[in-house]
Amino acid sequence: MVAVQVVVGGLLLGAIYALFSSGLTLIWGMMNFINFAHGEFVMLGMYVALLVVLWLHGGPPVFIAAAALSLFVLGIGIYLSLIRHVIRGPMLAQILSTFGLALLLRYTAFFIFSANFVSLPQTTLGGTIKLGGIFLPVAQLVAGAVAIVLTVSLHLLLTRTTIGSRLLAVAEDRAAAMLMGIKPDRMQALAWGLSAGAAGIAGALLATAYPWSPSVGETFGLVAFVVVALGGFGSVLGSLYAGLIIGLIQAVSAYWLGPIYKDIVVYGLFVALLWLRPQGLMGKV
Amino acid sequence: MKPFLSSRVSVVLPAAALLLYPLILSGPFYLDIGVTFLLAAISASAWNIVGGYAGQVSVGHSMFFGIGAYMPLLVYTLWGWPPIAGIPIAIVLAIGLAVIVGMPTFRLTGHYFSMATIAVAELIRIFVGTWDLVGAAIGLQGPARARGWWDLTFRSEIPYYYIFLAVLGIVLLTTAMIERRRFGFYLRAIKASERAARSLGVPVRQTKLQALALSAAFTAVAGSLYVIKTGFIDPDSAFGILISVQMLIIAALGGAGTLFGPLVGALILIPLQTATNSLFGGGGSGLTYILYGGIIVFIARFEPGGLFELWQRVAPRLRKRLHAA
Repeated sequence: MVAVQVVVGGLLLGAIYALFSSGLTLIWGMMNFINFAHGEFVMLGMYVALLVVLWLHGGPPVFIAAAALSLFVLGIGIYLSLIRHVIRGPMLAQILSTFGLALLLRYTAFFIFSANFVSLPQTTLGGTIKLGGIFLPVAQLVAGAVAIVLTVSLHLLLTRTTIGSRLLAVAEDRAAAMLMGIKPDRMQALAWGLSAGAAGIAGALLATAYPWSPSVGETFGLVAFVVVALGGFGSVLGSLYAGLIIGLIQAVSAYWLGPIYKDIVVYGLFVALLWLRPQGLMGKV
Repeated sequence: MKPFLSSRVSVVLPAAALLLYPLILSGPFYLDIGVTFLLAAISASAWNIVGGYAGQVSVGHSMFFGIGAYMPLLVYTLWGWPPIAGIPIAIVLAIGLAVIVGMPTFRLTGHYFSMATIAVAELIRIFVGTWDLVGAAIGLQGPARARGWWDLTFRSEIPYYYIFLAVLGIVLLTTAMIERRRFGFYLRAIKASERAARSLGVPVRQTKLQALALSAAFTAVAGSLYVIKTGFIDPDSAFGILISVQMLIIAALGGAGTLFGPLVGALILIPLQTATNSLFGGGGSGLTYILYGGIIVFIARFEPGGLFELWQRVAPRLRKRLHAA
C-alpha cells in the first residue's frame, strides 16, 4: 500500500512538472530559445498565490487566476523589453539575458521574502481523503488534476485552434507566416505570455500542497530542463508524459534511496539522455 | 595620426602595474583585493577560451573549479601529501569530465551545452555534499601550519599574489598564442557560424572539445590556487552556481572572446563586489547578486560585446575629437 501511495504522490507532482515544463518547451519550439528563468517564473507564481491569500483572502480559484494573469503579463513584458532584442543577437546574449534574469528574480525574492520556507495557510485546501486504501491530501489531488487538464488544454490550443495554428506557423517559418498576414512579434509575445502563465499557474498549484523558499526556482528550472529533454524539445504532449515519468522517478528514488538522491537520480538521467537519446522520447533534433 | 596607445604600451603598462601593485598598496585590505582580482581574472580567462572565443557558453564551469579545489585537500586528507600534489590529478580529472560533458552535447546546438553544464555542475554539487569520503556537506580542510615550503601555506598574502600573477600570465600567454594560430581561427569561425565553419573543413566537434578541455584544465588550476590560499573547501564554494556566474559575468562584462576582456571585467567587478559587501554587510550579499543579475541582463540587452567592443566603437570618435581640438 505504501508503494501505491508513493507512486500516486509522484504522479500528482509530476503532473505539475508537466504543466510548467510545457511552457518551457513551447518557447523552445517557437523560437529555439532556452529560458533559464523559467523556474523563477514558477517561484513567482507561488509568491503571488501567497500574497493574494494573505492580503485579499482569496480562495484557490482567485489566487490561481491571479498567478496566471500576473505571470502572463510579466512574460509578455519580458518578451517585449528583453527577448525581442536579444533573439537575433549572438548566442552569448541569448543565454546571458535569461540567465541574468533568473539571478535578478531569484535574489530579489530572497531580498524581499528572506530565505525561510513558507506555505499557504492550512485553511486553503486542507484535509485528506481515502481512495482505494491510500490517503491523499486533497490539495495534491486537486493540484495534480488541474495541472493535467491545463497541460492537455495547452496541447489542444496549439493543435486545434486558429490561434494555435498561427503560433505554429510562426514557429515553422517566420517569413512565410508574415506573408500570410500573421504578425510574428505578436505571436511570440503571446507564446511568452502563455509560457510564463503556465509556470505561474503551476506555481500557485504547487503552493497549495508544498512549502517553498526562493531557491525552488533553481530546482524547478532544472527539473523543467530534464522533462523537456526527455519529452522532446518543442513537444507539449511529450512534456506531459515526461513530467509524469520524472515525478514518478523522483518519488520512487526518494522513497527507496533517500530524499537527497531524488535530484541526483533525475540529473543523472538528464546526462544519460544527452548521451543516448538527445532528441527525447517524442522529439526530433 | 598614430594610435592613441600603441599595442606594446598597452601590454607593458598593465603588466608593470600588476607587478608593482603589492609594493605600492601593501596594506592587507588591498593585498586581499589584489589576490581576489587575480583569481577572478584567471578563472574568467579560462572560461573565455571556450565561452568567449568558441562561443560555447558554459554556465557550469564550477564543476572544473570544484575539482581543482577539492583534489589538493583530498590528497592531503587521505594520504598527507602536500596539497600542491593534487593539482595534476585535478587537471586530468577536469579534462576527463570536459570530454564526458562535451562529447554528446557538442553534436547539438549551443543551448544543449549550456543546459548540460548547469545540470552536471548541480549534480556534482549535490553528490559531493552527500559523499563522506570528501567530507560531505562540511567539506575538507588543509594543513593548519606549513610542514615545509612545499605546503604553500604562507602568513603573508604577497607570495600568493605573485604565484597567482604568474599563473595569470601563463593563461594569457596561452590565449594570445591561440589567437594567432590556426586553432584560434577555427574557434572564431565556429563562433561566427558553425555550419559555415564545417563546410570549410574545420573539424568542429574536435576543436570545440579541445577548447573545452584546455579551458577546464585552467579552471581547475584556478580552483586549486583558491583552495591553497584559503585552506578549506565545501560543496557550495566549490561547485555552487555562483562560482560559474562570476566567471561568466566577468568575461562578458569586459568582452567575451577578447584577450584582456576578463581582466577589465575583473578590474571593475571585484572592487564593486568588495564595496557592496562592505556596504550592505555579509547578510546583504544577496544584493550583490541582484546587482550581478542586473549587469548580466544589461550587457545582453545593450552591449553583448562587452566594454571592449564599446571602447572600440567610442575610441575613434574620441580620437577624432581630440585631434580636432
